Amino acid sequence: MATEELTLNIGPSHPSTHGVCRLVVRLDGEIVTHVEPVIGHLHRGIEKIAENRTYLQVVPLTDRLDYVGSMYANWAYCRAVERLAGIRVPERAEYIRVIVCELQRIASHMMGIGSSAADTGATSAFLYAFDQREKVIDLFEALCGARLTYNYVRPGGVAFELPDGWIEQCRAFIEQHPSAMLTIDEFFFGNAIARVRLKGIGVLDADTAVAWGVSGPAARGSGVDWDLRRDDPYSVYPRFDFDVPLGSNGDCFDRARIRLWECIESCRIIEQALDQIEPGPIMAEGLPRLLAPRPGDAYDHIESARGSLGVYVVSDGSPRPYRMKVRSPAFCNLAVLPEIAVGYTLSDLLVILGSLDPVFGEVDR
Amino acid sequence: MAAIDDLAKLLEETPGGGVVLTTLDAVMNWARGKSLWTFPMGTACCAMELIAASFSRFDFDRHGTIPRPDPRHCDVMVVAGTVTRKMMPAVKRIYDQMPEPRWVIAMGNCAVSGGIFYYDSYSVVRGVDEFLPVDVYIAGCPPRPEALQDAVLQLRKKIAAQSISPKRTRAVQSDLAMPSDPRKGDVTATRADAAGDVSEVTS
Repeated sequence: MATEELTLNIGPSHPSTHGVCRLVVRLDGEIVTHVEPVIGHLHRGIEKIAENRTYLQVVPLTDRLDYVGSMYANWAYCRAVERLAGIRVPERAEYIRVIVCELQRIASHMMGIGSSAADTGATSAFLYAFDQREKVIDLFEALCGARLTYNYVRPGGVAFELPDGWIEQCRAFIEQHPSAMLTIDEFFFGNAIARVRLKGIGVLDADTAVAWGVSGPAARGSGVDWDLRRDDPYSVYPRFDFDVPLGSNGDCFDRARIRLWECIESCRIIEQALDQIEPGPIMAEGLPRLLAPRPGDAYDHIESARGSLGVYVVSDGSPRPYRMKVRSPAFCNLAVLPEIAVGYTLSDLLVILGSLDPVFGEVDR
Repeated sequence: MAAIDDLAKLLEETPGGGVVLTTLDAVMNWARGKSLWTFPMGTACCAMELIAASFSRFDFDRHGTIPRPDPRHCDVMVVAGTVTRKMMPAVKRIYDQMPEPRWVIAMGNCAVSGGIFYYDSYSVVRGVDEFLPVDVYIAGCPPRPEALQDAVLQLRKKIAAQSISPKRTRAVQSDLAMPSDPRKGDVTATRADAAGDVSEVTS
């Protein structure tokens, strides 16, 4: 019987692609023989727009990069600007940044786990995860009034002081969170269907992960022991005691489940930070109203929920950045998809894509 | 739609047909307004709020709005997020696939006008109303899920004012000021006359 390959186009608007990603897939029967992600459907030119904004006005733009974890892009950009302008951030502000970013990691991973669950048909796990996410968003809303785009971390510190009762509210959240995670672990990752759908699918070995620049939970699921919070410590992270969870198989199951353990580790970090935080200023003293760093360039990176998020800023001495470049983990993680999706079925392809947890605002920028 | 157009014309011409027509309208609009299935055209940040709106806390289903991934099932397209020039043909094509009657909600500033990317961006479409007929605009970056629910309620009002006969479609009763309404403090022609001719005052 004569057979031929089928070329299938998925997206750019497809409920399983987690955004506006178009996949051009070649199929042999149901087996994927080649896949090519076509990106750029959400390319808004944020890096170019930033060249026409003052240093402070760029912060809201960075919110819209990774819209599932806005705090990270804020922080990475602010760290680069602070390095460029030689600003010393007060200690309390650093603690607040750590707390909000770990909360953001939880909120973002809830989306990651939830979408992995939804891809395998377990919508109820998505609902449980989103319940936790809404609680984090409540905390952020009390903090800065926004649910999604916070514009909270600013060059030199943070925008607002913690409101009254916020620390207690935060403690209440991190007390109930690990048990909620264990519930999800039990009924989603322990579920026979989920295990069959996730285990041994989309295997990414450690060497390939390093070669393609994969970072974050996607790399740690393959056993790459690399976390910037521990291996290139920034801010006040050296003061906290936490573990970096590692997977061993590098399949979708490990990538998804790593996120769950990371949330529990984040709770540990937040708890220590809430114990250690002391009163003090939240914004660096003597900042000019219009920041104009001396000519030069600076790069800084942080561990975002998706991996190593770096921002490179070049100044020519004017109040606007001459160039801003974002090294986005979601883009690098997505790039490995053609490597790991070949040989699996079409339905597995979307699970693999979901397990890489791409956010297309950050992929396309 | 041709059969319905003929029916509307026939009923308008028949003595007493208006009673049938308005009753038919009421039933149809009630049914349409209470089960607006949405196509979640989530492209960017607002998509997160669109997802949140349909989940436990905000529970969109109680308004009868169920997100469906197939445009052929849907009545309302919720354009949530930035539409770029590369994305525009896809959005238009999906809109064309939806069966009539169909409506569009532009959710968020990007979909309304390009929002934060209005200036300086070389790739963002300045609002989906450049290529789609938008019925309800929701401001916000991103709007809260409650705002999306309000948009659905506003859309329901708009649907309630529709008729299968073109002559009977009414204006929407809205609590909000329309752009054509005189604003507070506007100088009307009569008040300007009473104050004297301004152009004579020299600097």
